[in-house]
Amino acid sequence: MISGAEIVIRCLQEEKVDCVFGYPGGSVLHIYDALFKQDEVKHILVRHEQAAVHAADAYSRSSQRVGVALVTSGPGVTNTVTGIATAYMDSIPMVVLCGQVPTAYIGQDAFQECDTVGITRPCVKHNFLVKDVKDLAITIKKAFHIAATGRPGPVVVDIPKDITAQMCEFDYPKTIQMRSYNPVVKGHLGQIKKAVQMLQEAKRPIIYTGGGVILSDAADKLTQLARKLDFPVTNTLMGLGGYPATDRQFVGMLGMHGTFEANNAMHYADVILAVGARFDDRVIGNPEHFGSEKRRVIHIDIDPSSISKRVKVDVPIVGNVPDVLDEMLKLLDAGCKTDPEVADWWKQIDEWRGRKSLAYRQSNHIMPQFVVEKLYEVTGGDAFITSDVGQHQMFAAQYYKFDKPRRWINSGGLGTMGVGLPYGMGVLMANPDAQVACVTGEGSIQMCIQEMSTCKQYGLPVKIINLNNGMLGMVRQWQEMFYSKRYSQSYVTSLPDFVKLAEAYGHVGMRIEKPEDVEPALRKAFTEHKDDLVFMDFIIDPGANVFPMVAAGKGLTEMILAEEL
Amino acid sequence: MRHIISILIENESGALSRVAGLFSARGYNIESLTVAPTEDPSLSRMTILTSGSDEVLEQITKQLNKLVDVVKVVDLSEAAHVERELMLIKVRATGKDREEMKRMADIFRGRIIDVTESTYVIELTGASTKLDSFIAGLDAGLILETVRTGVCGIGRGDRILKV
Ligand SMILES: Cc1ncc(C[n+]2csc(CCOP(=O)(O)OP(=O)(O)O)c2C)c(N)n1
Ligand SMILES: [Mg+2]
Repeated sequence: MISGAEIVIRCLQEEKVDCVFGYPGGSVLHIYDALFKQDEVKHILVRHEQAAVHAADAYSRSSQRVGVALVTSGPGVTNTVTGIATAYMDSIPMVVLCGQVPTAYIGQDAFQECDTVGITRPCVKHNFLVKDVKDLAITIKKAFHIAATGRPGPVVVDIPKDITAQMCEFDYPKTIQMRSYNPVVKGHLGQIKKAVQMLQEAKRPIIYTGGGVILSDAADKLTQLARKLDFPVTNTLMGLGGYPATDRQFVGMLGMHGTFEANNAMHYADVILAVGARFDDRVIGNPEHFGSEKRRVIHIDIDPSSISKRVKVDVPIVGNVPDVLDEMLKLLDAGCKTDPEVADWWKQIDEWRGRKSLAYRQSNHIMPQFVVEKLYEVTGGDAFITSDVGQHQMFAAQYYKFDKPRRWINSGGLGTMGVGLPYGMGVLMANPDAQVACVTGEGSIQMCIQEMSTCKQYGLPVKIINLNNGMLGMVRQWQEMFYSKRYSQSYVTSLPDFVKLAEAYGHVGMRIEKPEDVEPALRKAFTEHKDDLVFMDFIIDPGANVFPMVAAGKGLTEMILAEEL
Repeated sequence: MRHIISILIENESGALSRVAGLFSARGYNIESLTVAPTEDPSLSRMTILTSGSDEVLEQITKQLNKLVDVVKVVDLSEAAHVERELMLIKVRATGKDREEMKRMADIFRGRIIDVTESTYVIELTGASTKLDSFIAGLDAGLILETVRTGVCGIGRGDRILKV
């Protein structure tokens, strides 16, 4: 017999969890004690529980494993909510273990009690309160199973302190059966045949892919399919890296800040093959405008509720993306004949490309786009790029050409400022030798800046690329364009001296103010300071805006382009 | 359109709040909801009366199916089914109203299950519209209290919702 706390640790070992991100407190002391007595599961002590969850989330995003966070009851749990909701919106598999007050105290407003299951319920895939030590191991098994299968998502396990003290036999089930939870894997063959037929009839096709391709590790299969068909491919913000961005068939990201060619191709396509994407409002713009064009839609997704939610779908295929793509490839291997008119469609697309919608204004100041371009060059296009939320995020997405999946790590669904630095930590824990850059803004970075201390403790050499415009730039951009330049609360004054701040935490700081210094500074950071966290404070042109832009309520083709202003 | 959604769900604590939370979070309406364990006590059967367009109903069933605790979901109103609701209604029964109340209860095949000098409690089962017309048929001033269970329903014949 072993204690509940030891059971928790044994479960993590059984799940081959090599590290957990957490923060101790009263109700998890037994678990921390059990953690102390072993060395298989490493623990990363963050400086705020929000960061523990973000780091666990990025650990998942950048690997094929499930990230784990461990926090105490009450404030420990409430601090995780932003992180859990962030992971939920992007369907990230993650397990969050939370301490809870002893069973007998639940409901008594005990010290550091909160209704964890109630508070987290709307932003988890599922959650559990363990009421009996005999259920502990199987509950944790279920948590990992539910988090990683079907449409993935975060699962919370709430564990009262007395349960972690009680003794019990440890028996970890190898597999698990749940009568209420059986996600579909194989797609319907009839539907797949229909889809393949429809693709071969298409005259103006587009392959539109999202985070589902990344999450299901289907990038290779998708690339094979796209190449075989020779159709244009666009990725959502969450889908970047699902198809190589440097490939001729790639037309760029689509949506609110998508390229001119991607948005036009999406709008005017006669057949859309949507793969692991969900026709989000940031992607299709005004749904009426989008619906005004006649087209047929094939939609592959593991989650039936994503299909025909915002856009009516003609050929729904519920299934695991790589399995479905495999079936499609098999059918196409037997004979693939696309419509000759697709050649005209490519001509049209190349004409749209000719608009060079990502060209940007030159300036005496450093342009943020230029920094990302140089970052791409210096890292050989092979870094993991984490980001926060704002203009800098869009610049990173537009100008860093992701050729591989799981390299672009950002909060697409919830749009959570503050994720960038903890995301960098999570990526490094999962990929210790990787180059990791966090492209951020002076607003976002301050939301989790305390994690520089964690990075020092564990030697996590994140390169912080702070695109410092002294503004909540994305807010300022909207105010400039839609609120007659009334810059209400979007100017960040009293910024810290980031160089000194980085140094105070024991890191390297650099301030870069001239365009010609950008590249040398980056080179220095990634060579000489390879093993250091470097805070690179780029003082950028404060007026730079993100283009193209589909304003709220506008249609996908009604883009504002850089030169129109 | 009015729909009756029947759900088989694991009889776990919190299962009800998952369903109720889903409806409120996604802006679906619940006109009535009934829940109780089935002959297998590890399962609960929930019946939800809701309304919405076909698209909304498609989303409701898909979203319900997505809940990890939900075992099965059917839209009963899609095919032949029977539905019932139970009402307990307390009415003033004095003077000439006393006889009138008894007559009304008889006409609607209700049963008087509690009697005092001045009140009756009438038990009435049927489709919700029948309960509505009973209430409409009474002098509103005589109704002291009404309690309705909300709709429960079951498919006809071979239509069976079971694990
Ligand atoms: C937690 C949180 N609060 C508020 C917002 C709204 N918001 C979106 S972008 C943005 C400005 C971000 O400023 P900064 O990090 O400096 O990036 P910039 O746009 O200047 O590149 C704000 C406030 C958000 N996304 N997340
Ligand atoms: Mg800024």
